Amino acid sequence: MAHVGAPWAQRLGLALLLLALLVTPPFLPPYLLTLLTQTLIYAILAMSLDLTLGYTGLASLGHAAYLGLGAYSVGILATRWGAGFWMALLVGIALATAVAAVFGLVALRATGVYFLMITLALGMVVWGLANRWVSLTRGDNGISPVPRPVLGLPWSFGRALPFYYLALVGFVLALVVLRVIVRSPFGATLIGIRESESRMRTLGYHVWLHKYLAFVISGAVGGFAGVLWAYYNGFVTPSDLDLSVSIEVLLMVALGGRGTLLGPALGAGVIVLLKNLVSVYTQRWLLILGLVYVGTIRYAPEGIAGALMQWRRWMQRARAA
Amino acid sequence: MEFWVTQLFNGVSYGALLFLLAGGLSLIFGMMRIVNMTHGSHYLLGAYLALTFLTRTGSYVLALLGGALAIAVLGVIEWDRFLQGLRGQELAQVLTTMGLALIFQDLALVTWGGDPYNLKIPAVLSGKYHLGTFFFPVYRVFIIVVALGVAVVLWLVVERTRVGAMMRATVDDAEMARGVGINVSGISLGVFALGAALAAVAGVVAGGFLGIYPGADFEILSYAFVVVIVGGLGSLRGALIGSLLVGLLDNFGKALFPELSYFTLFAPMAAILAVRPTGLFGRA
Repeated sequence: MAHVGAPWAQRLGLALLLLALLVTPPFLPPYLLTLLTQTLIYAILAMSLDLTLGYTGLASLGHAAYLGLGAYSVGILATRWGAGFWMALLVGIALATAVAAVFGLVALRATGVYFLMITLALGMVVWGLANRWVSLTRGDNGISPVPRPVLGLPWSFGRALPFYYLALVGFVLALVVLRVIVRSPFGATLIGIRESESRMRTLGYHVWLHKYLAFVISGAVGGFAGVLWAYYNGFVTPSDLDLSVSIEVLLMVALGGRGTLLGPALGAGVIVLLKNLVSVYTQRWLLILGLVYVGTIRYAPEGIAGALMQWRRWMQRARAA
Repeated sequence: MEFWVTQLFNGVSYGALLFLLAGGLSLIFGMMRIVNMTHGSHYLLGAYLALTFLTRTGSYVLALLGGALAIAVLGVIEWDRFLQGLRGQELAQVLTTMGLALIFQDLALVTWGGDPYNLKIPAVLSGKYHLGTFFFPVYRVFIIVVALGVAVVLWLVVERTRVGAMMRATVDDAEMARGVGINVSGISLGVFALGAALAAVAGVVAGGFLGIYPGADFEILSYAFVVVIVGGLGSLRGALIGSLLVGLLDNFGKALFPELSYFTLFAPMAAILAVRPTGLFGRA
């Protein structure tokens, strides 16, 4: 799953996308703006999962746990101790990283279906705590209201537009960090592990350590998404880290195209828009979401990015003929 | 003393229900390595269908059998149309079955609405047994009996029949089994249908005391996964012991440490997996 277009075309596309994300929001209707903010945050989560799922070949069924850890860190720190943005950000990411570091030790003992099941189980541990450790998390009621962050800047993040730009900064940061990682020798090794673990082992690479680091980084970035999510939503509930969220993130990555970073971000956009817009027009949005799940695997198993690549190949062949 | 006996009994009867549910899931997992998110849907749809059959026919037995049979047919269609081609692709399996589960959830909502129902249990099964100072609801005893019956039949089939030997061969090495002339896809289809039917039976039985309501499908699904993970994929013995363990942990967890009740369920599971990634009785 290499690049969708030629390097220059890809770079141009990325530049145009970022430009559009930068320039258009002030002209968008408020509802669309909040959906776009939501998209950016979910895009960070989807890209973080892409590091493990797309690049390393590890399908995790518990990724929402890291979103939850980041979000609950903010919820608890901001409402109980009045902690500021930087403190909450630091703790949120640190907690997600630490938990991923422990979970990785357990989960990476398994592969394939067993890896799926262990990550599911570990995700449920966190979900269970969020649900029942009422004195800390307030259980089902969740934590609210989480105040919007104050950064000492001239803009109030209580308003939708400045907060959108905050999310955009977060998105670009996550994109840059993950892009640097996947294009580094470390990232190349991850791809090698995805393609053939035994070959990489034979070549002398420390396969387990690479997988472990990818798992922990993925968790850390997931925690970052959770921090923004809590501030965006203004409340944190156990449903933020439900099993269905973990699966939805998997869908975002699969729909966009595994191992492309921007593909999963696009997948996040499609799902967020679909979920919110479809439910405006019809009660049957669960049905439609279900059809998207089934249809993605049936008709676009390599996702949107894969479909684009195929289209490009067709065009080339047509030109050659 | 009374507390312990009551909780023990409740834990065991809940474990029995979980076995009905997880036995089939474990076989499906073990044999086809399929992550089946629709297992909870089979449970819930089975219960809903039984509810309809019960109001139409008035017979509990017909409702139970009808629900199980209908869901077995649904399982056959699912396997044939969607899952057969996804062998070895875990992500595709998770997403496809999740999609199907969402579709089923919505269709159930359209058909039966959002109100919770209770499946009316026959008079024979209501009431309580008195044993000294203890009371045991007949219905919960009935669940334990059904689960034991299913366990014995499954065990006999798997361990003592020719079909069972083929099933075990398929679990151990599907390729080799195909090589020696076993109809692996036929066996897989049968097991998937059986697993679906068992889930439906669990749903019907649970409809009598846990109720039938939207969302029960995913609620019970995580429990079924826990049982299968702890017991080991594809192991009936593992499913049985896992069910008891989870039933008891869940009950005592909720009674003794309500604040940590899910934690007391999932954390031991994670601990078991840390030591044995393939579960208690699973083989890699």
